[in-house]
Amino acid sequence: MTAEWEAVIGLEVHCELKTRTKLFCGCRNEFGADPNTNICPTCVGLPGALPVLNRRAVELAMALGAALDCEIRPSTFHRKNYFYPDQAKDYQISQYDEPINVDGALELADGSRVGIVRAHLEEDTGKTVHAGTSGRIHGADYSLVDYNRSGVPLVEIVSGPDIRSAEAARSYVTELRGILVASGASDGKMEEGSMRVDANVSVRRPGEPFGTRCEIKNLNSVRSVGRAIEFEIARQVDLLEGGDQVVQETRHWDEDAGRTVALRSKEEAYDYRYFLEPDLVPLEPEPDWIRAVRDSIEMLPRARRERLAELLDGEGPLPASRLDQIATVVGLGLDDLVVATVASGVPPALALSRTANEAATDAEAARRLSITSYAGLLRMEAEGSLTSTQAKTVLGDLLAGKGDDPAALATARGFEAMSADSLATAVAEVVAANPEQWERFRAGGEKADKLVGFFVGQVMRATSGQADAKAVAAELHRLRG
Amino acid sequence: MSTAPTGPALELAASVRRGERSAADVVDEALAAVAARDPELHAFTLVTADVAREQAAAVDRAVADGRDPGPLCGVPVAVKDNLCTRGIETTCSSRILAGWRPPYEATAVRRLRDAGAVLVGKTNLDEFAMGSSTENSATGPTRNPHDVTRVPGGSSGGSAAAVAAGLVPVALGSDTGGSVRQPASLCGVVGFKPTYGTVSRYGLVAFASSLDQIGPLSLTVEDTALVFDVIGGHDPLDSTSLDRPAPRVLDGLGEPVDGLVIGVVAELVEAATPDVAARCRQAAEALAEAGARIEEVSIPEARLGLSAYYLIAPGEASSNLARYDGVRYGLRVDADDTVAMNTATRTAGFGDEVKRRIMLGTYVLSAGYMDAYYNQALRARTRIIEAFDAAYARCDALIGPTSPTTAFPLGSKTDDLLAMYRNDVCTVPCNLTGQPAVSVPFGSGDDGLPVGVQVLGPLLSEPTVLRVAAALEASVPAGTPPVPVPAAAGGSTGGGAGS
Repeated sequence: MTAEWEAVIGLEVHCELKTRTKLFCGCRNEFGADPNTNICPTCVGLPGALPVLNRRAVELAMALGAALDCEIRPSTFHRKNYFYPDQAKDYQISQYDEPINVDGALELADGSRVGIVRAHLEEDTGKTVHAGTSGRIHGADYSLVDYNRSGVPLVEIVSGPDIRSAEAARSYVTELRGILVASGASDGKMEEGSMRVDANVSVRRPGEPFGTRCEIKNLNSVRSVGRAIEFEIARQVDLLEGGDQVVQETRHWDEDAGRTVALRSKEEAYDYRYFLEPDLVPLEPEPDWIRAVRDSIEMLPRARRERLAELLDGEGPLPASRLDQIATVVGLGLDDLVVATVASGVPPALALSRTANEAATDAEAARRLSITSYAGLLRMEAEGSLTSTQAKTVLGDLLAGKGDDPAALATARGFEAMSADSLATAVAEVVAANPEQWERFRAGGEKADKLVGFFVGQVMRATSGQADAKAVAAELHRLRG
Repeated sequence: MSTAPTGPALELAASVRRGERSAADVVDEALAAVAARDPELHAFTLVTADVAREQAAAVDRAVADGRDPGPLCGVPVAVKDNLCTRGIETTCSSRILAGWRPPYEATAVRRLRDAGAVLVGKTNLDEFAMGSSTENSATGPTRNPHDVTRVPGGSSGGSAAAVAAGLVPVALGSDTGGSVRQPASLCGVVGFKPTYGTVSRYGLVAFASSLDQIGPLSLTVEDTALVFDVIGGHDPLDSTSLDRPAPRVLDGLGEPVDGLVIGVVAELVEAATPDVAARCRQAAEALAEAGARIEEVSIPEARLGLSAYYLIAPGEASSNLARYDGVRYGLRVDADDTVAMNTATRTAGFGDEVKRRIMLGTYVLSAGYMDAYYNQALRARTRIIEAFDAAYARCDALIGPTSPTTAFPLGSKTDDLLAMYRNDVCTVPCNLTGQPAVSVPFGSGDDGLPVGVQVLGPLLSEPTVLRVAAALEASVPAGTPPVPVPAAAGGSTGGGAGS
């Protein structure tokens, strides 16, 4: 792709709300049940059935809206009419020109902002399974429809066309997922279909109007989002640079083949004949309720990252490595652990590193760690009673559930602190045994500093790993003067 | 009137409750009457004899135990076949639902049952409630008991005929553009459409959701009030159900109409044939004699009603009937792909009038036309509401004819669509406004056939509207065809003794 193309990307994310029951009936909202066991006259579209709005779904939709800085408004429901077997009534109850949430924004980890145009309520469809060789509808012998998912509450979150790269799109989806989970609206399990992403992608020369866009469907993981958008951008640029046009169409992302494929093309956009849903009344949440929902939102990812950054505050902007650690820790829900650990006296940098690098390897276990154990361990490392290697080993034991007391675990491993005297003796002995290297080190300069590694290695061997590398280095420098 | 099963429900229930008659005897008589007369009338699409006897036996057991089965104790009832009855075939008189048994029950039906009523059967209707003559039924038309060569009206023609023929004292119908009131008028019985939202629509197969309401057909205004008290009241299963407790209009029925201001709506009267219009004026005089003050009222916007109705109702219907696609229930005509299957199923399953309205409704909602048609009709609807509200600022109630004509011969309007639609001109305004209206039999036309006078009121004015209806009922002119229609009299025109 030549440098003069700009990608313009907007994402539509369908998010299943984490309610006990469906949007318009009392059927259970649950993943993985036997087909057609969570159904009733309403969600199967039987003659004479009627919808009744789920209050908890409204609450979660508002929480989601609040978490995305949206304006929460009185809203109405409309019918979106189209025929399809998984659409139980052959219309979907959705929101059209008066959605519940409008005009929000989402800040990515790098600080850039993506506008949220709207986030509205609608009901999900059933799921179709095609029985045939490919599992796709073409060439299937027959199809089966499971209505367990029909009527599950969704919020459709529509971003502005503010995203400019596949990378940024991935970042948006990741950040949005974190917000959805933090607001309580969703469990974020993309692999179970809790979040489904459609991407609208077009390209243009910078400064020119938006180009023709294609909609890409079937993006079910952050990775797919990135790969599909990268492919699509390249495909459109190739077309245009070759003198061809981009055809406005809906394309399917083929995960295995690694490309987007045009679906059977429709000549025109489908006419959904939206009209006000006569079986429901307008939704006007009481201002007190809206206020209570806004107040109840837990700390969102951005605020959590800022909280950690403040702990490290000191010398100017944080390096990328630190920001990565912060993002990792918040993304895994381990930031409360870091904050608590620091509060009990552990140096912030150590708390962050150890959590991002080591504790993160088993995040689930890490989330269950007791503050006392974890902070206790890190304090031992900070004081020098354990080397970093030893501390990491004991942490492994804590995560594996081998015990609660880091001191006891250390003793069980035979880890002991080396006293300052025995450390000095060990260093002196190694120095004496390696006069040539010692002279080169004493000479100073870049090459000399590299010899620290050599001496540390020697001391480690001599002490069976009990020496602390940093303490050895400090002693060497002290000896050199 | 007698307390035979064909007699009014109120007395019938009292006599069963007192142990004077057994519910079993009552239901047997009803079933015998159905067996004798329905083959000619075809008021019923399904007779539920076994269910009826079981329910009657349960009522008798309760009475024997000293328990009160409820206000409709042992009363035989019929229910229009677009109301879901659990485990009992509900077809909407359509091939597309032939044989369909709902796994659940309409709220109104459940409330009847809980009140001790006994279900004798499901009644015939115009397919999916679309029609004014019950000639659009997939199982053939119902005949008017007063003259079997004539229509009973529609779409609740079966319910109206069943009551008029004395097969059951009360029946449920549904009214979207007049489908309870107009057949009541043509069959000489009482037919009531209450305020939108007072009776739950849960389990009523939807035709036009913002217009549909369930209402009773009966021999007396008292029975109408009795049934309304039973079926009305908030239902959490219907989001458009008003958050109000069950009504109690029966108690206040006898109150005099002294001092009420009642307007005669010129636009409704002028839509009717002269004999029908004359009966309407006669009704106004009767009310004046009873102490009401009669005013001449003009509501020009009422003339917009028919056009607005025939845009809004088909629009909503085109969406409500989309679910009949052969996928989940009902008729399926197989084909190679779903679109072909949908098409084949709906082509075979729907009758002509239903197809016409679906096409019309799809058209008026379609891109480029929605504003000119559907939205314009909604704007007209608002104007109609405002105009009636203005009239009610001066009047407590309004009256007018229910139907422009008396019962017309079978087949006489089936080729003239607009002539058929014009049957609704007096009734549609109240569906558009959501306001209550009742049709009361009052005299006969030049042809000796029943005429109905309609009483209209503002939202939630059921007590007033039914009071006025009761006053009219108390002063029906001589020549009003008696109901139930005696078995012998129904064979020719001019049925009914005297004139």
